[in-house]
Amino acid sequence: MVSVESERPGGELLVPTPVKIVIAGGFGTGKTTMVNSVSEIPPLHTEELLTEAGVGVDDVLGLESKETTTVALDFGRITISPEVVLYLFGTPGQNRFWFMWDELAFGAIGAVILVDTRRLDSSFPSIDFFERRGIPFIIAVNCFEGAHNYEVEEVRRALDVDTAIPLVLCDARDRESAKTVLVSLIQHTMDRLDAMA
Amino acid sequence: MAGREDWWYDEAAGPLVRPYAMVRGRTRPLRPELHLVTQVRAMPSPSDPDALAVEHMEIMELCRRPLSVAEVAAYLDVPLVVVKVLLSDLIQRGDVVIRDPSRVPQVPDRNLLQAVLDGVRGI
Repeated sequence: MVSVESERPGGELLVPTPVKIVIAGGFGTGKTTMVNSVSEIPPLHTEELLTEAGVGVDDVLGLESKETTTVALDFGRITISPEVVLYLFGTPGQNRFWFMWDELAFGAIGAVILVDTRRLDSSFPSIDFFERRGIPFIIAVNCFEGAHNYEVEEVRRALDVDTAIPLVLCDARDRESAKTVLVSLIQHTMDRLDAMA
Repeated sequence: MAGREDWWYDEAAGPLVRPYAMVRGRTRPLRPELHLVTQVRAMPSPSDPDALAVEHMEIMELCRRPLSVAEVAAYLDVPLVVVKVLLSDLIQRGDVVIRDPSRVPQVPDRNLLQAVLDGVRGI
């Protein structure tokens, strides 16, 4: 197999290490809004093609068939340094696209699960998904205007998440607030790493 | 005159005709290390420009600076699977180098996390 290392022997061609955070949650919880708040570029949009069966297409034979579905992905980028670049991916809304979730979760350092207190149950599938895969995640309650402001512990009880999982309040539209959420997640991932050491 | 032969494209043909044509129906081998965030960087000049399709050249141009597979797909406005086919060609030819995230396992390096933490705080 051809080596695909980052640099040529002279080392002049630097290829950064990609790092990924998944922004999950139910429909309308503010995932794309949060990506938009912190991304250094306007969120980009791409599509993956799935066959009718919901299985990832690993070839393009049959793509001319109308049985194909597209899954839309929105994502943003934060260049950490010339060596490290962070990507933020919102999960596609429809829960039937689990194939795409696996690809999104692959190698992710963690996930932010956005919650709207008016529709707590819409975030249950996201919580289940990351719990089962042992991927670090935190809960961020997006405080929508007009929504009743619950206490953090009330929300935690309603979601039935362990006290070891950080639960923070945020405004996904606000850059500083969204930054604080990301910082909480990264710290949580580091804490888990330390606990395992 | 561009595209007169495209006159028969219509709504019924769907949006998939062009991507399918771009990769000439080819399918494999897709490089398994081509994930959403795999970084792609073009070598300073293609080994044999005459052998490359327009789409390959567009990727070479875009990836003068490192970009993820997902960014390349977004900027070219084609589905991810199509970009993966085109990139597989370029990797095979040695025209691009990549760094894939499987080097960042489920338990990532603490120094890397610290760098990300500092970076996010600094934006």
